This record gives sequence, structure tokens and C-alpha cells, in this order.
Amino acid sequence: MKLLAERRRHPMALVVLLLLGLLLTGGAYAVFTGNSSASAQEYTASDVEEGEKLFVTNCATCHGMSAEGTENGPSLVGVGAAAVDFQVGTGRMPLQMSGPQAQVKEPQFNEEETSQLAAYVASLGPGPAVPEDEYLDTSQGDAAAGGGLFRTNCAMCHNVVGSGGALTRGKYAPNLSEVSEKHLYEAMQTGPQNMPIFNDANLTPEQKRDVITYVREISETPSPGGAKLGSLGPVAEGLFVWFFGLAAVIGMTVWLSARPK
Amino acid sequence: MSTTQPTTAVGKAALFTENRVGASRLVKEFGRKIFPHHWSFMLGEVALYSFVILVLTGTFLTFWFKPAMGHTIYEGPFVPLQGVEMSEAYASTLAISFEIRGGLFIRQMHHWAALLFMAALSIHAMRIFFTGAFRRPREVNWLVGIVLIVLGMGAGFTGYSLPDDLLSGNGLRIIDGILKAIPLVGTYISFFVFGGEFPGVDIVSRLYSLHIMVVPALLIAVIAVHLIFVVYHKHTQWPGAGHTEKNVVGEPVLPTFAAKAGGFFFMIFGLLALLSGFFTTNPVWNYGPYDPSPVSAGTQPDWYIGWMDGFLRIIPGWTEFYIFGYPISFNIFSSVLVAGLLFGGLAIWPFVEAWLTKDYREHHILDRPRNNPTRTAVGAAGVVWYLNMWAAASGDLMAVFFHMSLNDMIYIFRVLFFLGPVIAYIVTKRVCLALQRKDREIILHGRESGQIIRLPHGEFQERHKPLNEDRLWSLASFESPQYIPAEPGPDGKISKIEKRRAKLARFFYEDRVAPVTKSELEAAHHDHGEVEQSRKDELTGSQQ
Amino acid sequence: MTSKQHTAEHGTQLEQVNGFTNPGLPEHTPRLTDISPAAERTTERQIAGWFILSMIGTIWFIVSYFLFAPDETMASIQLQNMMFGLGATLALFGIGVGLVLWGKTLVSGTEVAEDRHPIEGNEEDQAVALEILNQAKDESGIARRPLLRNTLIAAVAIAPLPAILVFRDLGPLPGDKMFTTLWGPGVRLCQDPGGVPREDRFIRAEDVTIGSAVHVIPEGMHESEHPLDEKAKAAVLLMRIDPKELNTDPAKEDWGVDGIVAYSKICTHVGCPVALYEHQTHHLLCPCHQSTFDVTNHCEVIFGPAKRPLPQLPIAVDSEGYLVAQRDFPEPVGPTFWEINTRETSEQ
Repeated sequence: MKLLAERRRHPMALVVLLLLGLLLTGGAYAVFTGNSSASAQEYTASDVEEGEKLFVTNCATCHGMSAEGTENGPSLVGVGAAAVDFQVGTGRMPLQMSGPQAQVKEPQFNEEETSQLAAYVASLGPGPAVPEDEYLDTSQGDAAAGGGLFRTNCAMCHNVVGSGGALTRGKYAPNLSEVSEKHLYEAMQTGPQNMPIFNDANLTPEQKRDVITYVREISETPSPGGAKLGSLGPVAEGLFVWFFGLAAVIGMTVWLSARPK
Repeated sequence: MSTTQPTTAVGKAALFTENRVGASRLVKEFGRKIFPHHWSFMLGEVALYSFVILVLTGTFLTFWFKPAMGHTIYEGPFVPLQGVEMSEAYASTLAISFEIRGGLFIRQMHHWAALLFMAALSIHAMRIFFTGAFRRPREVNWLVGIVLIVLGMGAGFTGYSLPDDLLSGNGLRIIDGILKAIPLVGTYISFFVFGGEFPGVDIVSRLYSLHIMVVPALLIAVIAVHLIFVVYHKHTQWPGAGHTEKNVVGEPVLPTFAAKAGGFFFMIFGLLALLSGFFTTNPVWNYGPYDPSPVSAGTQPDWYIGWMDGFLRIIPGWTEFYIFGYPISFNIFSSVLVAGLLFGGLAIWPFVEAWLTKDYREHHILDRPRNNPTRTAVGAAGVVWYLNMWAAASGDLMAVFFHMSLNDMIYIFRVLFFLGPVIAYIVTKRVCLALQRKDREIILHGRESGQIIRLPHGEFQERHKPLNEDRLWSLASFESPQYIPAEPGPDGKISKIEKRRAKLARFFYEDRVAPVTKSELEAAHHDHGEVEQSRKDELTGSQQ
Repeated sequence: MTSKQHTAEHGTQLEQVNGFTNPGLPEHTPRLTDISPAAERTTERQIAGWFILSMIGTIWFIVSYFLFAPDETMASIQLQNMMFGLGATLALFGIGVGLVLWGKTLVSGTEVAEDRHPIEGNEEDQAVALEILNQAKDESGIARRPLLRNTLIAAVAIAPLPAILVFRDLGPLPGDKMFTTLWGPGVRLCQDPGGVPREDRFIRAEDVTIGSAVHVIPEGMHESEHPLDEKAKAAVLLMRIDPKELNTDPAKEDWGVDGIVAYSKICTHVGCPVALYEHQTHHLLCPCHQSTFDVTNHCEVIFGPAKRPLPQLPIAVDSEGYLVAQRDFPEPVGPTFWEINTRETSEQ
């Protein structure tokens, strides 16, 4: 550390810094353009136009008339179609009420409207697009590789089988068993709420597909041991043994020692 | 020697045994041993039967389990792990679950039986505590029982860690953290336990020999001691007609109790079979092989370790401090101190109670919990203290379930850690005293008969009927502990310790509802008679 | 009769308490099966029914062993497990309920009173025991021969010492292991795909976009002797935060790269991996005991049982654009231990 601190004033430091900066900006550009070039869905001008109308009437209060963001909502420039498709498609947006985090509810817009909104937001600046079907096809994914990635990147918040878990101050990571493949992909790509973003350099589209395959596999496979008890681990098992097991045992002891007529 | 020559096969076998081991004396001694019959006396048996089932199922599991941490690639039927590198211990646990027919059934039964074993031990211990069954001559057996709980926790933890899955591996990591925090020698102990750095390659085989040999051998020995004491002391019994301090009333082992207890064993076995067939427990296949980098949300130990884990969650970080640069990590090893506090408190309570009340006599008749409000309140305070820590271990799950902030939950648990037991003590004591007063009412004025009578002036009253003799005895035949002021010792002086005892005893035992005496009851009856008489007079008077 | 002076040997629940008299054992009331032969026969059939149910259960277990032989799917394993459960439950419960019913209804239900014997021996027993002990004392001379007695006690006392000594090799001594990890100058940061990967996937600074969290292991981990031991110390979480939001300590200004910071994943409380990164609040939460660290303030503890901040790994970008460590962690990772302040971690 001292070594670096001393060399900070070295004449070469400026060059290194310049190079670094160039690399970073270039890299960021590459990532963004890389993502948008992966966009499969082509939006028409009328989609954008319809989307803008929907946006102004439903979203602008918080996100601003041209999605530039206000005190109550972030800027949507550059969040991409994937973010819109996820937030609106899962019913999180428009927000029902303010709270620690946006709640899932029945989506307010149908698929077409969601797509129009996505087209509008995508037109504001380059951002991740709605994923291609190829990367949502779990028959091509590797559940075992996905399992390793899931345990490393996702399990600490979502639990090892995606049952969900608590975050700080009332926030939580939701249960994943009912989430669609597309929304799983978009969540990884865009990092909704407090979830970190897993861009394509961190988890490649193939790896994302592996993760989705794992989530599908683990939530759709029946538990060989019987009822899953919520897949919540030892707490659920402990409660079950007290409130079912021991209750049954006490019932037996009472029956056993009751005097027959 | 028998007097007649047996002719049947059974008779011949019996004679053969008798001539070699003297079985007749055993049958004579134990065949008619009396077991009181009340459901709460069966709880210890649940623990015993669960233990037997644990030994049976555990033996089965040892035939396939490989307690080794060498690496292998999984090629079994569970798709999400195919091709994943894992330890032999984890792979063999998966093999038992998926490739040995009936293996999963037995594995689940082993785990459910362990959970039930500890649960049964807990409520058995609570029954003993709240009824005062730990009093002389049973103090030593109470201590033996506490040792059993500690051993049970040890057996459970060593077993929980064997499959080398992600959940148990993180549990072991917590143990490693606690070991390292021990002042002065912690780092060394951790290195000796794990054979070097965590996780190392030795821990599973070391835990295995503890889990399948050392701990069970100790458990069997201590259970034997526990049962010998039970036989020698004979059972306690509830107050009741014909029950005295000098007898024990109940059913003889042969044939009544043997049939019931034998049947009960099979019922417990059946219950565990039901759980194992239809409810998943410890799905290690979901957790994946141990890897020091990942962790799952909702990482918890099995329930009986939970309270210690809960304490680790509620203790604030500032309890770690440094003396001359050396850390005292109270925020870590205090979970062990808390365990010491609980088991130490349980261990000394019989002696404390005897000292406070100066009651060193033998007791074979149990207290109804309400008739010793202080003990019951102290017990309730302990239970609430434990429950709060236990709940804290699942604070994250509760936060999600109840849509609360995780942080607020922890603040609540911190407050309740101190306040909970105090509230529980006060409330329980008041409830006990109130129940005692109600008993007094019932004894003095009889039970409510459900018959409503209308008095001449229009008032409605429920007719009370006097209790029958047996019921009266069950309710009224108890001693109520009371405050004994400081008394001078043999030298005529009041010692300092005696003064302190009196002070404490006054705090704990001053509030008291005196039991009804026969003369009070007679006086009450007399009053009743008079009242009824005067009403009759009124009645006749008004008619005139 | 509540006596203040507890002089008696026993509690006083004998014949008289508080003036009341123990009414004695209640008379035995006969059960239906005692008086009605018809009821007795019905019960007998009932019990036999339970035993027959048990046999059906056992047979069902055996049948399902073959009938529901599982293939490789979880559903088939579940089915067989349930059928085993059903069979075993019936088999065991049938025997249990039958036996208990037998005991409850057909076996004599009379309550019997057994006298207690005194716990302690009578005076004569005690005298004999004392005599035997005295005799043993005299005959062995253990009281008269202090030399023998004391040397014996000393010999027995030190005899276990070798046994303790041979346990020495349970593990190596810690040495500098608590202060070193695989990180060092120029060691590249690699993505953690779970387990011990055979190939390293290096990370370019540009790939870590704002809001990302990347789980990181050191380059060449699989080549070390005990990769999992190394991973247990070296696991790192890499995050990128808008530099404006970071309150960087001037002394640690060059520890990150344009908002990219790397912190040890090992909780300073008891060592769980701290990896719940909230990319809006920049809080890191430990799922085991809820310690919360603030990434914008060098991962200082803002909630929970941990005391020390998570150690930061100083990072830089190498000539090929990959993220590398500048040096090992400047302080030990993981739970606090006794020797934590006794030495510096290696500068390299």
C-alpha cells in the first residue's frame, strides 16, 4: 500500500490513470452496447409512442415527465427494456404504496402495454433488453452448474432453494419458486430494488440460463422425503416436531393413562 | 430351585434361566413394581424410546456412511448435483438417501427421532421442575438428567455436522469462530479440533467417532444411572386419595404397565415412521456440498441448539473489547456462558430452594405447580428467557413472515432478554396465587353445581355443592412454603448467611395464600348453614 | 399443618394435612369390560383387529419394496418413501394401540399401593458398613503409611500426562496461518463459480459495473494444497459503487479502483460468509447473526454482534486490465482471536 502511495506522484502515474480511465469508459461502453446488441425484440415507433402516453399518465408522477427522475423515483434513462418488463410485468410498478420495498401484485398492464412501456424506456437510452428465448430455455441449461452459481451468488439472500429470506430493515428477498424464467433473467440482469446487478460479464447469458434451470429444477422436483415444510430448514422442522410431534405424543400419553369406563 | 418339574417348553426354558441367573429374584423384585398412572409420567419414556430408535436407525446408517472428506464427483440420480465435486461424507449421505432402498426413510427417522428426543427431554425436565420432583432424595438424579440434556445436545450437534453439507458446514464454521474467541488458547484449540485450519480434512471423521461411540456410550451409561435411581427411589406421585409420602400407588409392571409401556414404544415408533414417510427433514441434497464461500439465507442449527445461536444474534458488538491489545470477545463466547448459566441454574435450584425454605425433608408427593407459586414463577421466567433466545434464532424468518423489520425484531429480543423473565415471574406468581384463592373458594364453598335457584326476593343464585372427600383431599392436602425469618444458629447468633437467606426468602416467599384448614372449612359450613336457615325463615315469614 | 420448623424426615402428606384426613384409596370401580362379557368380547375383537392391521402394514411395506421400486427420479423415491412410511406406521401403530388397549381394558385395572422403603440404610446397616470400611483402612494401613499413600496419589495424578501429550498431534500449531491468505501483490481476482474451479476466470475492472456484486477467489487457488482451507480465508466480495457515495479514508484512497472495492466475505463475528449486498443502501448483511456492515464507510459495523469492520483487500488494475490484489489483507480476516494484534500481516 505504501508502495503505491509513494509512487502516486511518479510521472508515469498520470499515464496509468489515463489508461485506466480510458479502459473503464471503453469497457462500460462495450458492456452496454454489447447488451443492447443482444436485443432481439425490435420495437416500432408506434410502440414507443403508445408507451410514452402510458408513461406520462401512469409513471411520470414519480419518475418525471421524461423519465429523468424526481425525488420520489429514480431516473429511468438507460435502465433498459428488461427493467421495465420486470418491474411492470411482476406488478411491482406502479408502486402501490411506499415502503421498504416494492411489493408483487397483480400486474396493472397487460403484456402489450408492458411491452409498449418497455419500448419507450428503451428509447431513452441504451440498456439491457428483454432476454431472448434461447436463454430462457431450461432444457438447454445445466442444473448442476446453475446450482453452484446459485449457492454462491443467490442463496445468501434467497435461501438455497429459493424460499426467500430477510434483508435489513424490513426488506426481503422474495421466494423464487413462482417467478417466471423471463423475470428471473431480468432480475439478474437489472438488479431490481436492492438486488445487485449480475451483468453478462459476471454471469454470462448461458450461466444465467443455468441458474434459471436450477431454480426450476429444485422448485418443481418433488421432495423425495415428503412434504417440504416450506423448505425453510431446521426452524420449520423444530416447530413441526414441537407442534405436531410432541402434541401427538402428549395426546397419546393422555389416552394411555385415561381410565376406561 | 422349583418345586415341580416343568413339563411345557416355556416352563423348561424358564427353569434353565432360573438355574443359571436366578431370574426369579428379579421377577419378584421388579414384576410388581408400581408405576403411578398419570400422563405426565410418560414423558421421560418418550425420550427413552426415541433414544432406542436413534440407536437402531443410527446403526443402520453407519453401514453406508463414509466419514471421510476426500473428494469425489457425484454421479448419482439427483440431477442438480450431477458432476459436482464433493466430499465422500456428503456423497455417501446422498447415496443413503437416493440409492439405498429405505435409506431415506431410516435417515429421516434418525433425524426426526433426534428432534423428538430433545423435545421429550425438555418437557420431561419441565415436568420434574414444575412439580418439585427434584427435591430430596432425587436431587442427584436431577443432576444426572441435566447431564443427559447436555449429552443430547452434544450427540445432536456432532450428528448434524456429519453430512458435510453447506448448512452444517456453516454451523461448524460458527463453532470454529467460537473456539477461536476463547481467550489465550482459542486459536490452538481450533487448530487441534480441526487438525489445522478450518475446515481441514479431519473434522468429519473426528466428529464421527464422537457421534457413534463416545457420546452414545456416555448417554447409555448415564441413562442407566438415571433409571437405576428411578427404580431405587420409586416414583413420585400426585396428591390424591390414598397417596401418602410412604407409599406409591399405581399399576404393577406385570402385566398392566408392561402392556401399556410396550404398546407406547410401538406408538412412538409408529409416529416417527409417519413423520419419516411423509415429512422431509434435513434435505441435505438441497444444501449442496460444503464450500466456505456460499451461505444460505435462514441458516439455523437444529432447534435444541437454536437458543445459543439466538443469543449470538442479540448480543451487541460492543461487548468485544481489548485489554493490552488482547481481545475479550464477549460477543462470541458468551453463547457458551449463557449455556453455563442455564444448566448451572437448573443444577443448583434444588439446593437453593431447600436452603431458602429450610426444607430438607424427603418429598415423594408432588406439588401442584400453583401450590408453589415461587418455584413455578422462577421456572416460567426461565422458560421465557429460553424461548426468547430461541425465537431470536429465527428472527430473520419471523421478520419475513410477519412483514417486520429484521432490526426491530432484534431490538425487541434484546429488551425481552431482560424484561421477559421479570414479567413472566410476576405474572406467573400472580396467576398461581389467584388459582390458589380459587381453590380456597372451591374448598370452602363447594363446587358450582350448575343449578340456578331463585330466592324469594328475586335474586338468582347458583347452588354450590360440597366436594367429595377424595377431591377435597387432592385440593387441600398441601403445604404452602412460607417465609421463615432469620433464626439464630447453634451458637445463639444469627449468621450473616442466615440474614441473607432470610432477606431472599422474604422476597420470594412472603406473598402467600394459606391453605384451607379443616377448622376453617367447618366454620364456613356453619356460616352457610346459618345463611340457608335464615333464608328459609325469610321464605316462611313472607308466606305468613 | 404447615410447620415452620421442618424437623420431620419426610414431607407431611401422610394421614393428616391441614387437619384433613386422607380418605384412603378409593374403591375400585369396575370397567365395562369387567362386568359385561359382551363388551369384553367386542374389545377382544377390536384389539385383534389392531394386530391384524399391523400385519397388513408389514406386508404392505414388503410389497411396496418391490411394487414401488424407485427409478432414478425424485418422484419415485418420494413415492416409495411414503409407502414405506404408510406400511411402517400401520405395522408399528397397530401393535402399539393393540397392546395399550389390552392393558387398559382387559388387564386388571385395580390400583395397587406399594410401600416405600427408607432410602438410607438402617442403623445396623450403617454400623456394619462403617466397620467394614474401618477394617479396610486398618488392614491396608492407608492411614498409617503416608509415604505409600502420598506417592500413590502423586503417581496416579501424573500418569495421564503422557496421554495428553500424545494428543499433541491432533493438529499443527497455528504459526502465521491466521495472518496470511493466498492474496498478495499481483494476484488476480477470479470469479467464484462455487467449489474449487479448475480454471481461473479473471475479472476486468470494466466488467464490474455500478451495482454489481462479484464473488471472488484468488488466482491459482486450485493449485494450493488445501484449496477449501484457502477459500475459507480468501473469499472476497467485489462491489462497485459510485465513488461519490464512498466516504473513503484518505489513507486508503488507492485501495479501490474507481469505486470498485473488495472486502473479505468472512464475518468478523463468527465467520459466516457475509454476502447479502444491498446495492441501494450499500449494506452488507450476514445471514447467520445479522451483523450489518456499511460498504461506504470501509465496512464498519452498523448493526449486530460483530465488532471489527470487514478487512478490505487493496486492489489495482494490472497491465492487461485485470483486477489484482496490491497485497494481502492488511489485517487478519474472520473472527477475532487472541493473538490478533500480536503481529502485522505480511506487507507483500
